[in-house]
Amino acid sequence: MSPSSASNERLARFAVSPARKRRDLLARGGVIVGTALAVMPLLLIVYYLLRKGLGVWSVSFFTTDPTGNTFFGASSIGGIKSAILGTIEIVALASAISIPVGIGVAVWLVEYGRGSVFASAVRFFVDVLTGVPSILFGLFVYIVLIVGTGSTYAGWKGAVALSLLMLPIVIRSAEVILLLVPGALRESALALGAPRWRVIFSIVLPTALPGLVTGVLLAIARAAGETAPLLFTAAATLHTSFNLSGFMNSLPVQIYKDVTSPTTAVVNRAWGAALTLVVMILLLNLIARLIARRSRLA
Amino acid sequence: MEATPLASSGRSIVGRPLLARLPDRILKYGLSALSALILVLIVYFFFRLIGQARPAFEKEGVLGFVFGNNWDVGAEHFGALPLLVGTLITSGVALLIGVPVAVAAAVYVTELCPLRLRGGLTVLIELLAAVPSVVYGLWGIFFLAPKLQPAEQWLADRLSFIPFVGGGLVTIPNYFVAGLVLATMILPIVSAISREVMATVPPDHKEAALALGATRWEMIRMAVLPYCRSGIVGGAMLGLGRAIGEAIAVAIVIGDAPKLGHQLFAQGYSLAAAIVNEFGEAQGVHRSALFAAGLVLFVLTLIVNAIARLLVARAARTGGGRGGVENAAAGGQVIGGAAAGA
Repeated sequence: MSPSSASNERLARFAVSPARKRRDLLARGGVIVGTALAVMPLLLIVYYLLRKGLGVWSVSFFTTDPTGNTFFGASSIGGIKSAILGTIEIVALASAISIPVGIGVAVWLVEYGRGSVFASAVRFFVDVLTGVPSILFGLFVYIVLIVGTGSTYAGWKGAVALSLLMLPIVIRSAEVILLLVPGALRESALALGAPRWRVIFSIVLPTALPGLVTGVLLAIARAAGETAPLLFTAAATLHTSFNLSGFMNSLPVQIYKDVTSPTTAVVNRAWGAALTLVVMILLLNLIARLIARRSRLA
Repeated sequence: MEATPLASSGRSIVGRPLLARLPDRILKYGLSALSALILVLIVYFFFRLIGQARPAFEKEGVLGFVFGNNWDVGAEHFGALPLLVGTLITSGVALLIGVPVAVAAAVYVTELCPLRLRGGLTVLIELLAAVPSVVYGLWGIFFLAPKLQPAEQWLADRLSFIPFVGGGLVTIPNYFVAGLVLATMILPIVSAISREVMATVPPDHKEAALALGATRWEMIRMAVLPYCRSGIVGGAMLGLGRAIGEAIAVAIVIGDAPKLGHQLFAQGYSLAAAIVNEFGEAQGVHRSALFAAGLVLFVLTLIVNAIARLLVARAARTGGGRGGVENAAAGGQVIGGAAAGA
């Protein structure tokens, strides 16, 4: 036996056997197929939305209210103006409620409550809120603000339901960001004699601002797409309304109502509205991600 | 040299006059009150929901409501078992399909894929969480369900010897399609948490496995997956919580048949879908029964989420991360936003 073949034989003992190699390839293949399956739905959804939705888009689609008249085909059913404006109004009010409260709670968790039992209880309940199905927020607001007051649906009640949904998202994302603010910054400010509230308002919050904005934008994007909390709180109506204490239309609710229609033109309006909603939400997501990337923290 | 006492000037340097301390006090107690409000809110909601559900429970009995197999609005019989079973079937299908796919994607992104692809793939999966549930419903009923029907029928014919899957006529809206849509919806959160957990596996473990001659897959199977098990299970449970509570998408694709599910490809119903569909017209006991269904849903998601949190927190502890994984759980809910930012 020649020396070279002996060393080859020794090397061969360390080589991966064909069976193991096959299993490795098979598993890798499986993982790649799984990844492809994970990526496919988004592409399919976007493709189908564009194909169905773009054809419906027109100037009048965005500038007219839905009419409720479905007998004369696409020309008579109107557009989605009231739905777009309603969504913007409701989400704006929901943000006005949930952003200050949410960031306030996060500031408390990080600056004052850190390590206390009460803080971990609050954190636990915030996590509970995160897991509550969105339709239950609708039921809650229905019980308290509609049964409780003996009144009926209103735009602001829908906003309250959405703000409950946004709250845990704002709190948790703000908390993560506030924890990233370096302790040395706080300590320097305190050492210079700044009171706690000035440290928070002049040092901590400005430092965390881009991160906070990211969290808030993601919360808004989430709330803008929710149907269930609005269904029994803001109701649906056809006309454009700027009165938050009256019935108010919104994009998700409009889509939901249109999906169940037997008329093709109305279903097509749902596709156009869905494309509009998805574009709005993806834009918010994109902006949030860009801001997050430029943030100096993290 | 003798040290001068700090407070020798008459006024303490460290202390502050009472008035100057006021804004601090206000902020501290104001924010504490705000935080306490959240606790109060949830407890208050729980009791109000019980109050509203009481008439239905009094009529059917608590167990009779939850395990009664008869949801007949016309005859005012409200046994929610068909809805409960529908919820379990659809979320079970969602887990069976969604979790392996999500974990595979996480494994690929963290261990196998070229660095250049990593960011793009992550964003593509995370953006699934940004699609509103009503759009999932729309897509599910007009694209997915009709496209799948022939395949489902073929499967049902071939597998007719299996009791639950085979036989029967496949309808366009059915449990399976609902489960599939839910699987897509839970993908981003399960995948985000799996990815975060896998990132905490110490490189030493992986390098040790490779140095001992393991192939890539053996390294993943022996070093990565066992280390991440509780984190992945936790992520799957969070996904389950999502799937159980999803209302609108399921209501659109499940087909509103309030009878006990005996066939995977038949129309069904779920707790959340019943609330969405019937609440608008419901009166009296019916409305109360829907509140009771909401209560069952609430309790179910609470249990599932509590277990999920515990598991994910444990994974974070063994991972030795500074709550990185736990925050990723929060981040996953925030459309993976915190994870993307961190």
